[in-house]
Amino acid sequence: MQQSLVELREITKVFPGVLANDRVSLTLGAGEIVALLGENGAGKTTLMNVLYGLLSAESGEILVDGEHVDIKSPQQAIDLGIGMVHQHFMLVEPLTVMENIVMGIEPSKFGVINYPAARRAVLEISQKYGLEVDPDAKIHDLPVGLQQRVEILKALYRGARTLILDEPTAVLTPQEVRELFAVVRSLVNEGLSVVFITHKLDEVLSIADRVVVMRDGAVVGETRSADTDTAGLARMMVGRDVVFRVEKDPVSCGDTVLEVDELRVRDERKLTAVDGVSFTVCEGEVVAIAGVSGNGQTELVESIMGLRRPESGHVRLRGKDITHARARQTIAAGVSHVPEDRHRRGMVLEFDLTENMILGDHRRRPFAKWGVFDQKVINETTAKRIEDYDVRTPSARVLGSTLSGGNQQKVVLARELGRDPELLIAAQPTRGLDVGAIEFVHSRILDERREGKGILLVSLELEEVQSLADRILVMYKGRIVKEFAAGEASDEDIGFYMTGGSDSSATVDETESKGVTRGR
Amino acid sequence: MAGKEAKRMGDRLAVAAENVGIPFISVLIAIAIASVIIWIAGFDPVAAFSALWKGAFGSGRQIGETMLRATPLMFTGLAVAYGFRAGLFNIGAEGQLFMGGLAAAYLGIVLAGLPAPLNIAIMLVAGAAVGAAWAFIPALLKAKVGAHEVITTMMFTYIGRYLVSWLVTGPLKAEGQIPQTEKLPLESTLPRLHEVFAFFPDSRAHMGFIIAIVLAVVVWWILKYTTLGFEARAVGFNPWASENSGISVSATTVKALCISGALAGLAGVTEVMGVHGRLFDQFSSGFGFTGIAVALLAKNNPIGVIFAAILFGALSSGSGTMQLEADVPSKLIFIIQALIIFLVAAEQLAKWIVGRTRKGVTESA
Repeated sequence: MQQSLVELREITKVFPGVLANDRVSLTLGAGEIVALLGENGAGKTTLMNVLYGLLSAESGEILVDGEHVDIKSPQQAIDLGIGMVHQHFMLVEPLTVMENIVMGIEPSKFGVINYPAARRAVLEISQKYGLEVDPDAKIHDLPVGLQQRVEILKALYRGARTLILDEPTAVLTPQEVRELFAVVRSLVNEGLSVVFITHKLDEVLSIADRVVVMRDGAVVGETRSADTDTAGLARMMVGRDVVFRVEKDPVSCGDTVLEVDELRVRDERKLTAVDGVSFTVCEGEVVAIAGVSGNGQTELVESIMGLRRPESGHVRLRGKDITHARARQTIAAGVSHVPEDRHRRGMVLEFDLTENMILGDHRRRPFAKWGVFDQKVINETTAKRIEDYDVRTPSARVLGSTLSGGNQQKVVLARELGRDPELLIAAQPTRGLDVGAIEFVHSRILDERREGKGILLVSLELEEVQSLADRILVMYKGRIVKEFAAGEASDEDIGFYMTGGSDSSATVDETESKGVTRGR
Repeated sequence: MAGKEAKRMGDRLAVAAENVGIPFISVLIAIAIASVIIWIAGFDPVAAFSALWKGAFGSGRQIGETMLRATPLMFTGLAVAYGFRAGLFNIGAEGQLFMGGLAAAYLGIVLAGLPAPLNIAIMLVAGAAVGAAWAFIPALLKAKVGAHEVITTMMFTYIGRYLVSWLVTGPLKAEGQIPQTEKLPLESTLPRLHEVFAFFPDSRAHMGFIIAIVLAVVVWWILKYTTLGFEARAVGFNPWASENSGISVSATTVKALCISGALAGLAGVTEVMGVHGRLFDQFSSGFGFTGIAVALLAKNNPIGVIFAAILFGALSSGSGTMQLEADVPSKLIFIIQALIIFLVAAEQLAKWIVGRTRKGVTESA
């Protein structure tokens, strides 16, 4: 049998009240790509953090090159040839690529950094593995995909032979994902091993040699990726069959709910972010705004919600002008909002579920009378919503931060839809969610559509846009550059306009992906 | 199901134990370190602390003295804690306290002759309002232009502090050599506890203590059960999510800092009405600043503030006896106070110690 490079045996890790890893074993051979697949909260990242020395396990053992090791810190892991690229990059933004890569172990003499040597070392590694970067570029000028590449280079510079990538594609555009996959393959050709943490099924099938599926802290299955398909993986991951394509009735457009007319909005830097956008959403219709992140979608949504003052133009809700309404009035007028960043805008992580469940309705009857809460009504409503939306939580009194991403999003949805709105604005409603939760969110959105609500969906996921939308508006550099009816366009067609293609130009501008870093 | 319920209770108890335990352990460690210091300095730590205890709680009169000293700290502790809950650091409670005291000293004279209950009520409300007003300008600056409240409330403390200094030496000075305002008439003062409650031993403790405890409960209730407190906490935790749910961050900031100012103002009012009966330059020994320590020790919990203030009051009232009976300089109390604050701030250290002992228990079990 082939000698394994890294082996985890019976790792058990307990957090207060949660068994995060329950006797998990995993082996990784040389030159192998293993995907660690599972829903959010399944314990994938915990397991890798144990391997990387960020967490210490209650029991279990780790073997590297067949020898027992006790990894107490990331430094020890690095010394053993283990590198990790976290979901959130750990780069010093104002410094250059080269400085970030050599940081901490700079080639130096008497405290003076030998920059030529550092540059040589960085270029050597980047050429060896085919990871091209400009060593003198500042990190904050780079798109996310290149920042990630710098993180990988950092690990390689430290002599990593095993590379752990934690949800590496979460922040990438489809094109950047392809580039990343090419990089990963070239690393493996050079003899490295890669652990690829993900909850996206198609990625697993296209990149991994072997798949280890985790659920609720335990390994529930392992297979060669050649021997399975998305349905099989999904079943293993969620524990039941999953519907991918949602069934929906043909659109029956009623009265106009939302009318946006020549809206212009500036961002924090006073640059035009929304540049004369007009569209309508009618009853029972899902209008999707597709586009690469940072093309004005955030500013558009914020100005409709009353969180950001538009420069000019109008927003009308059922004919009523709400252009200059503040968020409170917008909500009162019947607009609900599932924000793109649920940790920042969607919920107060330090609040418990009852408190999160009334956020935005906390001044209104029956939750509050004369400024005093009716705790009984609030508790009952919360309990009912937790039940209706299948929020998995030990109680309504736990803090929002203790829930998994999918359950947090269910809380946000329960609150926003519980208000019975005229219009639902769902901005990236399934970002970071696993298949089970995505299915749930999609079916709830379509429920609202069936009830005749207007829905404005903002999404970066073409699959989501394609399966939910009745009309697709492609947004690029603050403008709506193209409109498609449902089923009219292929992913490639939409992608073409998303990346700056226009009806007059013949080829897709391949380099256009810089917009990704904007506004983040 | 019963097991799950029990576990939930257990989790809650664990959280409660941590919230109470960490400050408690910090206090114990501070006392231990202070004992070492006392010992090194050549005194007997056991004698010192037993004298301290005796001085703070040894007799009815001394308990009253502890309560007297805890009273202003409860108000300022509540003030700072309320601000913290809304994400605001009201470092200027001292200034708001001085302005509250000024309002009481002035109104107490002007209102002389009115029936005492009415008089007292007006003075309390007006003093709180003046404290709030003194916090309002920094609050407005914070909300409108983002001026940091640590700077502005601090500057307003100097203005308030020295405005009082000038007034008591000039325009409001009573006749005589000493720079102080006129003595308030009886109907403008707070009765002492033993005057109201027959069972209470004769001491200087006054009704301000009761008012402070009632207010602590009211503030706790506001934070937990009203939209006002809900919005303050929401903004303190996450202004972006608050904004998204229609809460005005700037209005909430102004309200929270004004409430904080009102509570601090009451510290000044009750000191003037309950202790001194007049206003003078040195009527506060930094209660506004000690209030920050009280709030920290209480982990910004209004009920915790009651106990934290009593602890600081006891240290203060017992220090005299400690000096008298054990020869230990009373200034040593400040070292203990500083150690407590240091240890609460360095919460991780206390947590680490707790973690070590807990681990030891499970391993030996």
